[in-house]
Parts: sequence; C-alpha cells; structure tokens
Amino acid sequence: MDRQPATDTPAPGTLAHRRMPRWAPAGLALASAALGSGLGLAAGWHSKVQWGLLAAIFFVLGTYAITTAVEGKRQAKDRIATSIVWVCFALAVVPLASLTWTTVARGVKVLDGYFLSHSMAGLNQMVPGGGIYHAIIGTLEQVAFATLMAVPVGLLTAIYLVEYGKGRLAKAVTFFVDVMTGIPSIVAGLFILSTWVLTFGMGPSGFAGSLALTILMMPIVVRSTEEMLKLVPNELREASLALGVPKWRTILKVVLPTAIGGITTGVMLAVARIAGETAPVMLLVLGSSFINNDPFSDEQASLPLYVYQEYMLGTPYSYDRAWGAALTLIMFVMILNLVARAIARWKAPKTGR
Amino acid sequence: MNTTPTVPAPPAEPAGPPPSAKGTATRPGDKIFLGLSRGSGILLLTLMAAIAAFLTYRAYIAISENEANFLTSFEWNPQGEPVEFGIAILVYGTIVSSIIAMVIAVPIAVGIALFVSHYAPRRLAAPLAYVIDLLAAVPSIVYGLWGALVLVPYLGGMNKWLDQYLGWTYIFDKTGTGPARNLFTVGILLAVMILPVITNVTREVFLQSPKMHEEAALALGATRWEVIRMSVLPFGRSGIISASMLGLGRALGETMAVATVLSPSFLFSGHLLDPGGGTFAQNIAAKFNEADEFGRDALIASGLVLFVMTLLVNGAARLIIARRKEYSGANA
Repeated sequence: MDRQPATDTPAPGTLAHRRMPRWAPAGLALASAALGSGLGLAAGWHSKVQWGLLAAIFFVLGTYAITTAVEGKRQAKDRIATSIVWVCFALAVVPLASLTWTTVARGVKVLDGYFLSHSMAGLNQMVPGGGIYHAIIGTLEQVAFATLMAVPVGLLTAIYLVEYGKGRLAKAVTFFVDVMTGIPSIVAGLFILSTWVLTFGMGPSGFAGSLALTILMMPIVVRSTEEMLKLVPNELREASLALGVPKWRTILKVVLPTAIGGITTGVMLAVARIAGETAPVMLLVLGSSFINNDPFSDEQASLPLYVYQEYMLGTPYSYDRAWGAALTLIMFVMILNLVARAIARWKAPKTGR
Repeated sequence: MNTTPTVPAPPAEPAGPPPSAKGTATRPGDKIFLGLSRGSGILLLTLMAAIAAFLTYRAYIAISENEANFLTSFEWNPQGEPVEFGIAILVYGTIVSSIIAMVIAVPIAVGIALFVSHYAPRRLAAPLAYVIDLLAAVPSIVYGLWGALVLVPYLGGMNKWLDQYLGWTYIFDKTGTGPARNLFTVGILLAVMILPVITNVTREVFLQSPKMHEEAALALGATRWEVIRMSVLPFGRSGIISASMLGLGRALGETMAVATVLSPSFLFSGHLLDPGGGTFAQNIAAKFNEADEFGRDALIASGLVLFVMTLLVNGAARLIIARRKEYSGANA
C-alpha cells in the first residue's frame, strides 16, 4: 500500500486529507442511474436489465475516478469495494423481489376459498376454475408420512453421534450424513423407483413419494438435531448421571427436553424443505386431477407437482392456477419457517449460554 | 433443597464418563437405547449403500443392452430399434449451466455476505439475514415457474444485445430468434437459486472472523476494505469454498427449474444462447413419462452418473476444507 505522507498534520477536528462529502455515494448513484437509463433510452434498449447494468458500471467507475482524484488511491479502493458490495446487494435484490412480487400479484388473482376447497375433477386446461384441494391433501399426507419415518431415525442417529459415537462407525455416519445432504432430490426419487417400483413391482402411490422424501429429510434432521444436542451443556448430563440416573433416561429426560426447541425448529425447517420437492413426487406419485385420500394406493396429487403440471399445460387459465398453487406453497413454507424461527427464539435461553 | 448433599459427591466419583460407559452394558434400558440409536446410524449407512447398489444394478441392465457408447453418444433413444443412448449432451449441459451459475453467484454472494456482515447498517443487517434465510427456503418449482414466465421473456433483450456485441466470441452467437430458453438463462436462474444458499453459509463464516484481527488492522490505519482483505477474507476462504460447493451441488442436481425453462434437444451446440441441450436432472424429468421399464432403467443409469458427480463435488469440498483448516493462520 502507498504511504500517504500528508497524513502527518493532526489538525484537531479536521482530517488531514480532503474527504468526499457524505452525500457523495448517494449523489453518484443517482447520477449514474440517470446516465444509465438515459443512454439506454438513447440507444433504444428495451431491457431494463441492461440499463441497470450500465448504471452499475458507471457507479463503480465513477466512484473510483472521483475518489482517486479527491482522496487518494487507498481510499478509492475502499470506496470501490463499498460500491461493489452495494451493487452486489442491489443486483441480488432485483430478481428475488421480482419473484416474490410476481408470485403474490398473480397468485392472489385466483387464490380464494373455492380454489382451496375444490379439485380439478372434470376440468381441462381450456376452462377457468378448479382448485388445489386434492393437491393439498396429497402434499399433507406425503409429508406427514415422510416426517413420521424420518424424524425417529434422524433423532436417534443424532443422539448416537453426540452421546455415544466415538469410533469409526460414528465417523462413517457423520461423513455419509454429509454426503446424503447433497443427494439431488431426483436421485432419491430414482432410488425408490428402482427398488419400490421396478424391483418390488409396486405401483405409484403417495407412500412411495413419502419414502423418497424420507431419504431427503433424514440427513437434514440429523444435522440440525446434532447441532442442538451439542449445545446442551455437559454439566446437565454430568449432574444427572451423578444422581445415578441411567444414561438413556438422562438423554430422554434431560438432554432432549433441553434441546427440544431447537430440534422442533430443525424438524419444521426440514418439513418446509421437503414440502416443496417436486422431482421425486413426479417420478413416484405421478399426480392426479381427483381427490385421493388413500396414500397407499394409486396416483395422488401434490402441490409442487400441481404447479409444474399446470405450467406444462400452457394456457392462460392453467398459468393462473399454477401461480395460485405456487403462492399457496410459498405461504405454507414461509409460515412453517416463521413459526420454526419463532420457536427457536422463544426457546433459545434454555440452552444456558 | 436436596442439591447440597450432592455437591460434595462428585469428588467421590472423579472419573465420571469412563464408569458410565462401562455401566451402559449392565442396564437393559441403556442396552436397548444404544442399540436403537446405533441401529439408526447403521440404517443410514445401509441406505447409502443401497442407493449406490440399486442404481448401479438398474444402470447395468440398461447399459448392457446399449449399442452406443454410454459416455460419448449424443443420442437418447433407449426405446428405439437400435437401442442407443448416451450422456454426452447431458454432461455438457449440466457442467456449462453450473459453471455459468457459479461464475455469477459466487462473487455476488460473497458481496452480499460482506454487505450483511460488515457494511449494512446494523439495524438493517439482522432483518436482511432473516430474509435471505427465508429465500433459501423457496421451493425450486416456484423459481422454475418464475424463470419460465418472467425471466425468459425478460432476458430476450439481453440475449439480442449479447449476440450483437459479443457474437464474435462464438459462445454468445445466437443463430435463431427463439425465446431465451437456453443454457445461459438456465445458468442465470440457477445463480438466483443458489445465491441465498451460498450467502447464508458465507455470512456465518464472515461473522465468526476474529474480531481482534479486524481491530488490529483498524488500529494500524487500514481502511475497511483493507481490513476485509487482510483479516476477513483469509479467514473465510475455506468457508467460501465450502459454501460454493454446496451451491454447486444444488445447481448440478436441480430438476424443476431447468425442466421448466429449457427447451431441450440432443443436438450439440456450442452457442450458449441457442435453445437446446439438457441436464441430467432435466432429462430425467422430461423423458420419464414416455419411458417404458427399459427407458426408466436408462434414465436411472444417467441418474447414477449425477449421483457420482454430486458425491465427488461434496468429497472435494470436504477435502479442501480439511486442508485449508491446517494452513489457515487465523484460528487463534
């Protein structure tokens, strides 16, 4: 870095160097936005994305040039880093805001009581109306069965890793849980397809989907539960063991209750995650227009799959229904997330930190 | 209460953990519980082995009938007269779209993570982190719907622009005039999807960077950028790498977002802006409905390759992290 010899004048109240005024970044941002859109307009570009990109480039370059002139090279580098970070943030906000806005704006058009309480029986893509009742039933049943299977296994595995595991088995389990977290959902679907359907000859059913969702859910539950159990202070375990309580009762009555808030949060986040999985459901449950309350036989619908199938039909009415179902799905996932995080916050002091 | 008599008790049994470990064998409850929890661990391992075994078994059935080279063929015709299918296009499409996604997403994600951890006003930082957390939970099918109905029409202009000014680079040469249902759009959509994932992990790591290093750098007169370059980034490097690998894993296996956006084909084209190509996951989703049992086996064979690819990425990430940990001087 270059030394700045001029900094040796410690005048009280003023800085040795000339500084940019506080409004400089905001002013530059405005100016470059104006320049970007002006040039975009002049060149006749229709895509506003290009205007934005141009403005961002102007902003970064302008900041660098002006600051180098006024404050010196090191400060200029600092400013350019700051402006790049702000530009990154702005760049990321645009698509994510657009996603949220579009889903809400187009979803509320069709989302009402009728939409939530009717199935697609007897309707095709050329007519409006219909609903997602059958899909909600399907998703709830598939996710419920997956949760019933994944949570006990996940909890016990996490307990094994934290409370018992030391040897090579524990190391192997930790490693493969990590690996399992990275399994693409479609591969989990293919696995159940290759066993349950192709090798054992079972037909499509909601339960087959649940099996694939279980595979996706277990590593998430193990990971989050493990983290929570590690937070339980050792003094609690020692106190309980010192009182002569067997280890398994210590785990059930002391360790788990202490961590239950965090574990609940982890499970709910895992549920939210698998509720939005489409690929395994598409391979194993296949989807249906009718209400099927029995998850053990025949095709069932599912909310994410419904979105995909309505999208593929490709008419304005089916697009509307797809957006409505997407909004329902997002709301379901978001509510689960918010409640889970609320529980985490509410139960947090119990970890005794 | 009764706790006072127990306080002197610990010195009487100083070696707490070893006796309890021995004691587990004597109590039936402990035995059962240990058996159950160890059993679930073993169940998970068995499951992983079963996934590998069954996918390999079904893939073997398919590949042994295949008349074309599975790795280099540009056909996907498992139900045709000469049974021919290969994954060359899928490998190409998967890698290209993931690379585009990573090139866009990683720098921006690091920028956002820095923004949240070091630049944003404190009152803004916590809600921002929260919102990014929530965005990571948005189901991929919603991204897919948005990508196909909003992003594709939007990127039409950008495609034209890239073709006009960067067409000479060959990869940005657009030969047709169709909508932007191409690998480039897929890459951008994947970037949007993995952005929250990478940002979350990176931000966590940045927040843990040693405060003392930062303050020392500040005390030496460093600017904020110099603090970040000298103390935050070196500390967070392995975190950035592992976060990127996580994102890459997600991009490689993403199904629905690609299936909705891309208009697939099995014709090879180096032009990123031309529709066509495909990825492993997208191909499985697209071909599944018309596949008979043998066609499904062929799809499973391609799924096995995807499985191995994600395993390798995860393994590599873990190796890098393990090695970086030793060299990182910032652990103090």
